[in-house]
Amino acid sequence: MLKLRRVEACYGSSQALFGVDLELADGSVTTLLGRNGMGKTTVVRSIMGMLPLRAGVIRLEGREIQRLPSYAIARLGIGLVPEGRRIFPNLTLRENLLVAAANYAGASEPYTMEHVLSIFPKLSDRLNHFGNQLSGGEQQMLAVARALMINPRVLILDEATEGLAPLIRAEIWRGLTILKEKGQTILVIDKNIDALLRIADHHHIMENGRVVWSGSSSQLAADKTRQSRYLGV
Amino acid sequence: MSFSPFRRRLVLGTGLTILLLLPAMASFAGDPYLITLFSRILIYALAAVSLDLIIGYGGMVSLGHAAFVGIGAYVVGILSFHVQDGSLLLSWPFELQASDAALLVWPAAVLISALMAVLIGSVSLRTSGLQFIMITLAFAQMLFYLAVSLEAYGGDDGISIWSRNRLPLVDLSDDSSFYYICLVCLLVFLYLSHRLVFSRFGRVVRGAKQNELRMQSLGFPTYRYKLVCFSIAGAGGGLAGVLIANQNEFVSPGLLHWTHSGELIVMVLLGGMGTLFGPVFGAAALLLMEELLSAYTEHWMVFLGPFLILVVLFAKRGIYGWLSGAGGNHA
Repeated sequence: MLKLRRVEACYGSSQALFGVDLELADGSVTTLLGRNGMGKTTVVRSIMGMLPLRAGVIRLEGREIQRLPSYAIARLGIGLVPEGRRIFPNLTLRENLLVAAANYAGASEPYTMEHVLSIFPKLSDRLNHFGNQLSGGEQQMLAVARALMINPRVLILDEATEGLAPLIRAEIWRGLTILKEKGQTILVIDKNIDALLRIADHHHIMENGRVVWSGSSSQLAADKTRQSRYLGV
Repeated sequence: MSFSPFRRRLVLGTGLTILLLLPAMASFAGDPYLITLFSRILIYALAAVSLDLIIGYGGMVSLGHAAFVGIGAYVVGILSFHVQDGSLLLSWPFELQASDAALLVWPAAVLISALMAVLIGSVSLRTSGLQFIMITLAFAQMLFYLAVSLEAYGGDDGISIWSRNRLPLVDLSDDSSFYYICLVCLLVFLYLSHRLVFSRFGRVVRGAKQNELRMQSLGFPTYRYKLVCFSIAGAGGGLAGVLIANQNEFVSPGLLHWTHSGELIVMVLLGGMGTLFGPVFGAAALLLMEELLSAYTEHWMVFLGPFLILVVLFAKRGIYGWLSGAGGNHA
């Protein structure tokens, strides 16, 4: 579905990614793990066209996308839940969802507002509240729901549960489990290793701008030394 | 927070009633000047509402909006000049006769203003923040000096218009009729703006104001959306210019000056930025203050400054927000 080959990216003269290889299989949940500052968000920014590549190729279903602007990448079917939520505070919850509603990728059973509200039912009571009137958890659920409204082929969640209460985190993980069951391809960046081991199929660990380990949930669960070394668990 | 629905309806209903009955009230009071004053308020309200589309909803702080007002006015002025003069508007590559028919002149003026907005916006919108302010100011000043240099059309002295445009069934030379035409123009523009702001297009523009990159990552080419919004605002400014030219029966480069753009921004701020009806109240407040205070002192702006500071400090959503009972996100 989504392949990154030898991706290199820089912030000014400072190189942040050094030949990152990554592959997301159709319908899989893949994680990108690592401590802070290792390049996980830079990978996301590179995929979304927010950071030009110095070298490498990014393909979505065989099509090179690394030179496309962000809006064109989104229209090809990559939905992003960005770090820090970034909902639109001056739009109501309903408007936040409606503005994103599209089926660029031509999904046969597209997500509608009813669908996403059934995944996050807590949002149903807050439809007419402005974004800045929602709690942190509601904003995060809205960010995920909004990304679904573009009916993405690939959904990317960058630190989606950061700073949330355990109950709200559980709600987010429950939502992701429902999406996985529906066959949604998902890339998750998070630090909650226990939940990720339950939900995800494949894991990639990053260190200093490189993918240093890749494997399955059972492999990662069994390797406590690696968890401690790279993830600080 | 949001506007109190009852107070909002009360404020808008009262305002609309006053505007609808104004010619009758002016006649009853024996003061026909009120019609002229309120026509001017309606026209400036239209210009301010169009500016609020880009400032309040789009976050594009333009210091060049008067350019579009001036372009609209100059189209009326130049066409009127040729009609009076009996000369051709164009002799090459084809001959084109000028007209003073409102059904031709007004759409042409609005279209030319919108096209100029596309031209200016296509360059300006590649920048943001202070650079955007400065580049819109620069374009407006270029057009100001272009108007000053048009010696055939009066140069610095401007153009006198012999008579207002002709409109079927309505005598625009009658101040009451002209007043109602201004009111219709404002109400239609408010309605269209309302439709625009709360459409998907409007949501994209409002969202891009908060986070343009985020909106792009949802699949929207925000530059194009902002450019369309900028040109719609330019068209609104052009229509206001058409009405100003007809009301004053005179057009001068002063209409395009950056200080005129500043006045429009003050109207938006006073009335309530990012609200549909706020700029109408802002235009009314500023022009009525000018009218009342200038009777006592030519330095009436001395009073405007502190008033503006008070409004900005204590009425977050301007006069309209204060009257309507809060500081909602939009209305």
